[in-house]
Amino acid sequence: MIDTLAGYFEFSIIRYALIVGLLIALCSSLLGVTLVLKRFSFIGDGLSHVAFGAMSIATVLEVTLKAAKYSDNKLARAIVDVIDRSSSMAVILPITILAAVLLLKTGQNTRIKGDAAVAMISVGALAVGYMLINLFSASANVTGDVCSTLFGSTLILTLTKEEVWLCVIMAAIVIATFLVFYNKIFAVTFDENFARATGVQSGAYNLLIAVITAFIIVLAMNLVGSLLISALIIFPALSAMRVFKSFRSVIICSAVISVICAGAGMIASILFSTPVGSTIVIADIAVFAVFSLISSVLRRA
Amino acid sequence: MSKKQVSSGEKQKPKQIECKNAALGYEGSAVVEGLDFSVRSGDYLCILGENGSGKSTLIKALLGLQSLMSGTIEWTGGLTPKEIGYLPQQTLVQRDFPASVREIVISGCLSKTGLRPFYNKAEKKLAADNMERLGITELSGRCYRELSGGQQQRVLLARALCATGKLLLLDEPVTGLDPKAQMDLYELIAGLNRQGITVIMVSHDVNAAVRYASHILHIGSRRQLFFGEKNAYMDSRIGRTFLAEEGGEDVG
Repeated sequence: MIDTLAGYFEFSIIRYALIVGLLIALCSSLLGVTLVLKRFSFIGDGLSHVAFGAMSIATVLEVTLKAAKYSDNKLARAIVDVIDRSSSMAVILPITILAAVLLLKTGQNTRIKGDAAVAMISVGALAVGYMLINLFSASANVTGDVCSTLFGSTLILTLTKEEVWLCVIMAAIVIATFLVFYNKIFAVTFDENFARATGVQSGAYNLLIAVITAFIIVLAMNLVGSLLISALIIFPALSAMRVFKSFRSVIICSAVISVICAGAGMIASILFSTPVGSTIVIADIAVFAVFSLISSVLRRA
Repeated sequence: MSKKQVSSGEKQKPKQIECKNAALGYEGSAVVEGLDFSVRSGDYLCILGENGSGKSTLIKALLGLQSLMSGTIEWTGGLTPKEIGYLPQQTLVQRDFPASVREIVISGCLSKTGLRPFYNKAEKKLAADNMERLGITELSGRCYRELSGGQQQRVLLARALCATGKLLLLDEPVTGLDPKAQMDLYELIAGLNRQGITVIMVSHDVNAAVRYASHILHIGSRRQLFFGEKNAYMDSRIGRTFLAEEGGEDVG
């Protein structure tokens, strides 16, 4: 088995996938604790649907761009060249960030039934996205495309070197932001009223949290697909919260859980040729079960 | 009765908050109007009022988070709204929050850090001193959600003290505590007040108000009903009525 694995590691594609996967797992676990505690899990869930919608818009754009490339219009070809060089990330990221801000604002507004509004946005994005792909995709296998976008089956193994670097840079931004604002994020998570009273711009930090979440979701779409992202964000946090008792130890533990589960899940999926995303999430679920057991044993003792 | 009756003797103590003819409300409709009171250094002001009388709006205004519809609130004597040690009511989120006591107390120093991402030595010492002051040093490694209600309030009080050395603003601090823990917390607050910290407490517990406070501000439906020293309140008609209605027991 180890020989098989060693053989796989000869391929740069596998190495890239592992690097990116572990980084994504690390990033997604950092904010998970805050999202769960602030009752913001809905943002993660809503955003993942929006990200799917954005992805299909990007796909459609690509198709139209390819059509434009071979047209006679010089201007069109010039624009296409510019957009072509940036990746579909350039489409997905802004849309998802915008949706994050929108979800945060509506989710907090209890007067217009924020939770219903969130459901509306996320389901709407899903429907529109699927429709767009069906109508405009040039691919022969639409169902397969949709499935891999939703569940991330093979996307991670098709990464180019540039995409790996893009992921590394985005992950570095997320981790650095989290470290710099760690104390403020803690204060805003624990007690927004107090934080606001001492002059912390809690609205701005909520916004920051939502934007970083958008970043993470766009990143993680490559790994587990858009439907399973919430699991990556929430499970490690919930597991860690079962057992650990300080904010810092919960965060460190959830980061460790997330990285280990992602690593184990990816290796298992290579060995047993199972879908990457679900294998990782099942590893997360298993850890959650173990930690729940530990916590109930500890409580009884 | 309490030892706080000296306040009438020393009128020269500096004013910290002065509220002149203020009206508070949202979107053009006033919640409460005609607020006229001042808080001097070392005072213990208790704000009484029914639910919905505008107490929480007043708290926001005192913290500088709510703009006034008319009138003014001034923070003087070197006090800024950010230096008020605020003890908010507990939220649902906090009840099962995985954080250690130390982490929570030191988060009171946050306004002192500015753009610096981490706490420095002075802030860590301040947090340790305030835990010592409230007798929760031995709890510092414990998890907040495992503490009793009274212990949790002590933690939040220590955090508030990290944010201020001058003035505490307490929003219904004894809500949900058992009678023994209520007494302990009231005594603790009175002790801090004797050490020179100004206390503003929002409450609907009139017995505690007349026992511990030096001044009373009573707000009723949309307006100020009384402001003055405690003894004057107990002699006033509104005070006597309210004590008879709500008080029940003898406050000695």
